Amino acid sequence: MKSFTPEINMSEKVIDIHDLYKSFGSNHVLRGIDINVHKGENVVVLGRSGTGKSVLIKIIAGLLTPDSGTVNVLGSEVDKLSNADLRELRLKVGFCFQNGALYDSMTVGENLAFPLKRNTPGIKNEQVKKMINTTLEAVGLAKTIDQMPSELSGGQRKRIGIARTLILRPDIMLYDEPTAGLDPITCTEINNLINEVQRRFHTSSIIITHDLTCAKDVGDKIVVMKEGKFVKQGTFDEVFSTKDELINEFYDYNFIQ
Amino acid sequence: MDSNIEQPEKPVISKGIDGFFKDINNICRFIIRIFVEAFKRPVEIREVIRQCYQVGYKSLALITMTGFITGLVFTKQSRPSLSEFGATSWLPSLIAIAVIRALAPLVTALICAGKVGSSIGAELASMRVTEQIDAMEVSAINPFKFLVTTRVLATTISIPILVAYTGLVGLLGSFLDIHLNEQTSFISFFQEAFKNISFLDFITTGVKAVVFGFTIGVVSCYQGYHATQGTQGVGKAANISVVISMFLIFIEEIFIVQIANSIR
Repeated sequence: MKSFTPEINMSEKVIDIHDLYKSFGSNHVLRGIDINVHKGENVVVLGRSGTGKSVLIKIIAGLLTPDSGTVNVLGSEVDKLSNADLRELRLKVGFCFQNGALYDSMTVGENLAFPLKRNTPGIKNEQVKKMINTTLEAVGLAKTIDQMPSELSGGQRKRIGIARTLILRPDIMLYDEPTAGLDPITCTEINNLINEVQRRFHTSSIIITHDLTCAKDVGDKIVVMKEGKFVKQGTFDEVFSTKDELINEFYDYNFIQ
Repeated sequence: MDSNIEQPEKPVISKGIDGFFKDINNICRFIIRIFVEAFKRPVEIREVIRQCYQVGYKSLALITMTGFITGLVFTKQSRPSLSEFGATSWLPSLIAIAVIRALAPLVTALICAGKVGSSIGAELASMRVTEQIDAMEVSAINPFKFLVTTRVLATTISIPILVAYTGLVGLLGSFLDIHLNEQTSFISFFQEAFKNISFLDFITTGVKAVVFGFTIGVVSCYQGYHATQGTQGVGKAANISVVISMFLIFIEEIFIVQIANSIR
């Protein structure tokens, strides 16, 4: 559970998705998704592998286009934006990939400097260095600045991935399976980091996961997804105080097995 | 069935033929985009130079060895036939025509298709499957311009330079053999060698080099950039880059030679 009370502005929606559909050939991945994320809120999308969770955030980030429905992010309809406007929006929407997706030919420092320098023409090297150090300190990995991604552990790669996203100071964070493949201690560290990012940088987030501990630790709102549809949403206690077989099965698998 | 769910399109002719035409369409769009991005700001000079270093400088050792041996061996192989007619004095001229008109561009392009094409194909494919390209996109960086346009520019610039270098090194290999056998001086070898080389030969070789360089860049970038199927896709992209590049190089060679001969 969170050690702080997040400042959620319920009157301001930063993400507003309505009736979203997406198919890949005959594979119908999303079948009518409706979701709102309010300013300062962490929304966890829970579901088994292959239910379309990652597709959902890739549509929000503009990496995929929806077949139908509206995807409104920070007041803009993502699929209707020009390339230049989409680029502008992406500066405000950070995406943390499942495996970090670090540029493996660059050091950690260069990984962070790359998006910053590219998106801030004329920025001075001193300033870049300062921002890299501050951001790496925020994720607790200041000492890795000169290391190559291949020298980092799975958890460190994810943290650096988060740092690379944070360096652009986004308003929204999208986390794709942040704790997948990590040991329980590192999972807790990542969960704490997600909360810390929310507290310190005042971000709104969507966290895609199938890990209930992560959902419980970081989620202000939980949404359960099955076969491309949302089947239940609310706080963690609201979602899991139910007799619904699917939800209970999910809970039992995570906490009892 | 939900009415909002899009149904998969039925093939117009057959899946294979439709796919072929879709690929052609995609490649044309890919090439047009390369040209469009090349003239857009910011100009990625630094990345182009870095890629030229990767493509050009890092291929120098292999190119030097291959070019030198090609010139040397070709001279050795040609000598017996020419000496039968007492025409060994034609050797420099014959070798120069062969090296400058055909061997230098072809050997360089085939080596680069193998070395550079596979490396670009595998690098981009690995970036694709590990989501590094997506990561650039979501960081508001244009991955196409940064990764594809720069590499295609680099191969188009570097390979002509390598072709010129291969030609020179090939002639040096030839000179070594002729000097050892006929004690021909360096100056008289080159005077003799360039006697029958026309301006059109240089132009044709230059055009070939640019076309081959562009082909290698486009094919390998296209294969790498659109890689799928995880790590298996990386190997596949590298392999297909080499095979298609080599195939296209031979086809282009035939066309360019035909056009040059019709002008000559």
